[in-house]
Amino acid sequence: MRKDLITSALAVVLFTLILGLAYPLVVTGVSQVAFHDKADGSQITRDGKVVGSKLLAQPFVIDTGKKDGDGNPITRPNPRYFQPRPSATGYSASATYFSNRGPNQASARFFYRDALAAYLQLEKPFTPGLTDAAVPVDAVTTSASGVDPHISPANARIQANRVAKTRGLPLARVEQLIAANTDGRFLGVLGEPGVNVTQLNLALDTVTA
Amino acid sequence: MAQGYLQFAVFFGALVIAMPLLGGYMARLFTGQRVFLSPLLGPVERSTYRLLRTDPGAGQDWKAYARSVLVFSFVGWLALYLILRTQTIQPFNPEGFHSGAWDVSFNTVSSFVTNTNWQFYGGETTMSYFSQMTGLAVQNFLSAAVGIAIAIALIRAIAKRRGGGGVGADAADRSIGNFWQDLTRALLYVLLPISIVAALVLVSQGTLQTLAGSVGFHGISRASGELALGPVASQEAIKELGTNGGGFFNVNSAMPFENPTTLSNFIELWLILLIPVSLTWTYGRMVRSRRQGYAIFSAMAVLFVIGVVVVYVAELHVTPAQHLAGVTSHHIAGSTGGNMEGKEQRFGIADSALWTAVTTVTSCGAVNAALQSLTAIGGLVPFANLSLSETIFGGVGTGMYSMLLYVLLAVFLGGLMVGRTPEYLGKKIEAREIKLVTLGTLFTPLVALVGAALATASAYGKASIYAEGPQGYSETMYAYMSQANNNGSAFAGYTGYVQPNPGNLGAHGVTFADLAGGVVMVLARFAPILFVLAVAGVLVKKKASPAGLGTMRTDTPTFVVLLLGVVVIVGALTFLPALLLGPVVQGLTTRLF
Repeated sequence: MRKDLITSALAVVLFTLILGLAYPLVVTGVSQVAFHDKADGSQITRDGKVVGSKLLAQPFVIDTGKKDGDGNPITRPNPRYFQPRPSATGYSASATYFSNRGPNQASARFFYRDALAAYLQLEKPFTPGLTDAAVPVDAVTTSASGVDPHISPANARIQANRVAKTRGLPLARVEQLIAANTDGRFLGVLGEPGVNVTQLNLALDTVTA
Repeated sequence: MAQGYLQFAVFFGALVIAMPLLGGYMARLFTGQRVFLSPLLGPVERSTYRLLRTDPGAGQDWKAYARSVLVFSFVGWLALYLILRTQTIQPFNPEGFHSGAWDVSFNTVSSFVTNTNWQFYGGETTMSYFSQMTGLAVQNFLSAAVGIAIAIALIRAIAKRRGGGGVGADAADRSIGNFWQDLTRALLYVLLPISIVAALVLVSQGTLQTLAGSVGFHGISRASGELALGPVASQEAIKELGTNGGGFFNVNSAMPFENPTTLSNFIELWLILLIPVSLTWTYGRMVRSRRQGYAIFSAMAVLFVIGVVVVYVAELHVTPAQHLAGVTSHHIAGSTGGNMEGKEQRFGIADSALWTAVTTVTSCGAVNAALQSLTAIGGLVPFANLSLSETIFGGVGTGMYSMLLYVLLAVFLGGLMVGRTPEYLGKKIEAREIKLVTLGTLFTPLVALVGAALATASAYGKASIYAEGPQGYSETMYAYMSQANNNGSAFAGYTGYVQPNPGNLGAHGVTFADLAGGVVMVLARFAPILFVLAVAGVLVKKKASPAGLGTMRTDTPTFVVLLLGVVVIVGALTFLPALLLGPVVQGLTTRLF
């Protein structure tokens, strides 16, 4: 028993040094040299300032100047930008959590109803004849991370009408940018294609500028 | 649809290719033969034994082995608790997080030492980099290595052949190996090298690996936001490889900073099943009959594939709440369709379904989609997988030894059916070991059900439940099943920690949920380990007799079916009544609650 205690204590100390310090620090060192930008979170800089990460969604909204009951500013989507998927966390990249919306919850039904209405209100003026049944499911459901940077190509095609109109760009140009910012399946097999909204909006801003 | 099945086939193919390579490597490693890393790691291994002041050649009988396991885990528990409670004086704490509350720390420590990685805390808002690296990630390695060691010890006992009479067995005959040697070898030769390679590959995909603190930013269209950073990849690699599952971030592998691309997702999935799958090959090699390994692999694979297909098909449909709100249930070109609530676009339905099945058959609590937002039938699969007590591949090592208990049970039942003394690989299976096997297989379900019953039937559990109707019950039931099976995935929503601000300031645990969960995890990890080692202690002494004409074969499809029957019937009898109240009710109704 005593011998086991001594060995255990030594083992915990020794393995903590190897696995808890040497291993992560060596991996950090190699990563910082070999994949510096990626290891630091694929940060996007514009005019020397960090404006987000390529891998994370962020809100593209306009402040309405009004405040809600809790004193938080009420915003509306900025029509000049593609809109990412709904987020349970307000696109927080520093405190993530799930939406916890179950399959049979009444509160979930109201959420989807409101999300559908909001999507139609934003897009219908630019895509006449758009109905509930034509709205892709990713546009009205919350992502897992709350910062899912991708939307489905179908969702992007609908939003393209609005963005092209409000920015005065030819639709073909916007669709070109969508294609350039679509991450396909790996080797054509794994995962699903998605349009990276953060990078797409960044690219849009350089076109108009 | 075809696209999804193609992905599953590619994934399974990649595992089957790796199985003989790693399986054979581990068989040579744990029987003391040279492996290709020996020239490099041999000196390190020998210095380790010198530093630990232990003689790796000294065989241990099952009691000595068990004592080493328990003492080592207890010391590891104390060390981790100390680390989590002293965050304020640690280096690598750029956000200046305070220490965790005592009750939630109790739960977290029990969770990581038992390879569960149940998380009541939010990683990026409560844990310093120091706690993540030297505390949580170290236990990811150690608890995984302990699991492998136990499995190897049991296999060794089954495989051991000895001559002479059965009475007066000497020390060498009772030895099931040396725990310190098995532990060191699992860490140095298996877990660490694969983790280093995997971590670097993940960083190449965009997984974080930095010691810098969080970065504030002004967004492309509007001022706001902060990027939480950290040494993620080094932890992500062992989190998957060791079937641990505790995420650096609260949303785990759904977070793009943990799992940025479809390729990183594929690699992480592959890492989770790599060791559990390979151990079936190791088993075949160590008992000198590859067919025995194939039989166990086949039984596991059948249940796994069924689970994948059921979640996938279920998730291709929308939920009742979505349907009633008017969300379209038909497929739109250029969209994934199906239930995308709590799922990431880059993974879509297929990769989220595959991940759900992979992480709930193994004891890996990682998630890349929110389990509580699955459709009812999709959500039933994680429940069903947990009902089968980690026997379908299972956690690293734990899956193998849990399945071997069921194998012994099936051999015993088969023996009763044909009216002969049951034998496994030439060793008679008798009353004493069957009692131990039964205790070993039923203990985990017992602890799960008692925990869930206390939480649902008493007022203490109420503080943790927010969801209305059967969803609240499902979340509670799952919490205790997950903790008892040392899985760690969650129908999140069941709460054990209230945290008004980032950094632990003003936060407090929900004491009942934290303590009950912690005790459940510890009991359901170490009691079965003791029963398994006791079985090993009995089997190692048994004389093996050559197989005769009447011996029931254990490497045939017939036996695989018998084994499947035993696993499924024990699981169903134990959990069906409890599941009826939760996911089954949700699946049968379109009513909202």
